[in-house]
Amino acid sequence: MTESLKIERYSERAARATPPYLATRVRGLSDRTIAWTFIAPTIVLLLLINIFPLVWTIYLSFTNYKANRTARGFEWIGLRNYERILNDADIWHTLQVTAHFLCWTMFFQVILGFGLAWLINKQFKGHGFWTTVILLPMMLSPAVVGNFWTFLYQPQIGLFNYGISFLTGVPPSSFQMIGDVNLAPWSIVIVDTWMWTPYVMLICLAGLRSIPDYIYEAAEVDRASKWRQFWSITVPMVLPFLMLAVLFRAIENFKMFDLVVELTSGGPGSVTELASINLKREAFEKWRTGYSSAFAIILFVTVFGAANIYVKALNRVKQR
Amino acid sequence: MSGTSAHSIVDSGRTLRWVTGGIVIFYALITMLPLVWILVTSFKTPPDSISYPPKVVFEPSLEGYVNLFTTRTRQTPEYLESLPPPETWYDELVRSRNMVIAGPSKFGERFMNSVIIGFGSTFLSVFLGTLAAYAFSRFRIPLANDLMFFILSTRMMPPIAVAIPIFLMYRTIGLSDTHLGMILLYTAVNISLAVWLLKGFIDEIPREYEEAAMIDGYSRFGAFVKVVLPQAVTGIAATAIFCLIFAWNEYAFALLLTSGEAQTAPPFIPTIIGEGGLDWPASAAGATLFLLPVLIFTILLRKQLLRGITFGAVRK
Repeated sequence: MTESLKIERYSERAARATPPYLATRVRGLSDRTIAWTFIAPTIVLLLLINIFPLVWTIYLSFTNYKANRTARGFEWIGLRNYERILNDADIWHTLQVTAHFLCWTMFFQVILGFGLAWLINKQFKGHGFWTTVILLPMMLSPAVVGNFWTFLYQPQIGLFNYGISFLTGVPPSSFQMIGDVNLAPWSIVIVDTWMWTPYVMLICLAGLRSIPDYIYEAAEVDRASKWRQFWSITVPMVLPFLMLAVLFRAIENFKMFDLVVELTSGGPGSVTELASINLKREAFEKWRTGYSSAFAIILFVTVFGAANIYVKALNRVKQR
Repeated sequence: MSGTSAHSIVDSGRTLRWVTGGIVIFYALITMLPLVWILVTSFKTPPDSISYPPKVVFEPSLEGYVNLFTTRTRQTPEYLESLPPPETWYDELVRSRNMVIAGPSKFGERFMNSVIIGFGSTFLSVFLGTLAAYAFSRFRIPLANDLMFFILSTRMMPPIAVAIPIFLMYRTIGLSDTHLGMILLYTAVNISLAVWLLKGFIDEIPREYEEAAMIDGYSRFGAFVKVVLPQAVTGIAATAIFCLIFAWNEYAFALLLTSGEAQTAPPFIPTIIGEGGLDWPASAAGATLFLLPVLIFTILLRKQLLRGITFGAVRK
């Protein structure tokens, strides 16, 4: 197998790169053996359960394989799956839904997350405790919590509708968050924002804490207004952190599945059918394995490409 | 987190602090409301749970928990009359709803599956991860950064995309719907992050410690076991909790790759709602029992967790 050869070459290089003064001093296992044995199981596991499936998906994406009809056999159809996907109105719809979800969740989470972090950084009494309380939602199982939110969104008996009617005076049964075509895309944005704002907040807080006090003191000496200090010190110095948080969240939300499946399962119709939900339908309900593999590859390349461009931009911001 | 940093000139005023505190606490209370509501609903009776307006004051009942752990059949009043008097409080509760207990539900099994798969994969990820992280940290490995980035980038795949070939592979070699299959899968997903985090922790342990131990006659492996591991214990524990929470909460793979034997709780809990889709207390009871361990972990170990959640970006 080429895999094991690669590992061997790898560990050899590792061993050669180990400084000789350490190697001579070793009794028992040599550094080379240790490097080899320590890394090998991880590499093997990743090759078997991460890399091999990826390669297999790439292969399947060029075929018309259907996983529920293995006996029928399948054939190589070249790029036809990719061609079909790019001309498939459903796929474009699903990407639109994903884009809507992605943009609005990022928008709200950045505003709320940064705002909260800024407030918490004022260090009022008991801020440690309340920070812990705020970050609880993001530790929980999205599927279980998403399922319970369907209860909160019930038009008559749900707490959410009741709360809205309490605040605005609209009767609680006059709107359905999940059942309504116009409101359903917002219902998933709300739950995701509820769940993941703490994440953005945490990273912003780390950014705010990294700003040394003397910068503000210097600005104070120069008689810069608080407003000016905020825009020319706080914001630029937190920006790299904020961008990092957005990167992590955007990747996660691009492949969002569990929360939304349990909340709306893509409905009503397909107004909340995110890319992953569409992918699951194609792969595990319609069993179009080849086709869905091609879609999976397209999604992966998109995230990977976008993330790389974004990281370049992030590094430019950091250097400033 | 000390709160004692010297804000000599920059100190924000006392009133401002009250206002900011107020806003944050208000947000925290709003954000807690759905979670509190899960807990509250789990102690309601089914009719109370779907009353309008939503009931805040009600007589607490354990019906949700009884329904969670049992399967029940509806019976005629005549049949119920003919039975000997109920032996336990839960028998009595079920009979007051014109039903008898038919047997235990699957919740216990599903919960145990979550425990087995969660702890199994956590142990494996941390064990393999510590070894690999040590090698990455201490030996100059060419292309180490590229390799680490590549390992992490596999997390950019949507889980469903990974699930397609895994599903086919597991079906072929007979690992689908088994504990071992899920443990291996979750380990593979977690290990990239485990190595990433643990490398950060081990990097912080000075090399001089091991070198000193090796001069004293320890082998490199001995120095690793006797010197590095005890120093890295906090980091290992933090990583373990992080891996455990991931495996505990994971849904997509569990939904697609397990159906009976090895099904974990997350895909099961939404199916509890039961006949007519009205048994919200049972569903809430399941959610409460399932979410509670994570809540407790989070409150106790917040600082250690932060590092994992943020991929090592937050170190304090």
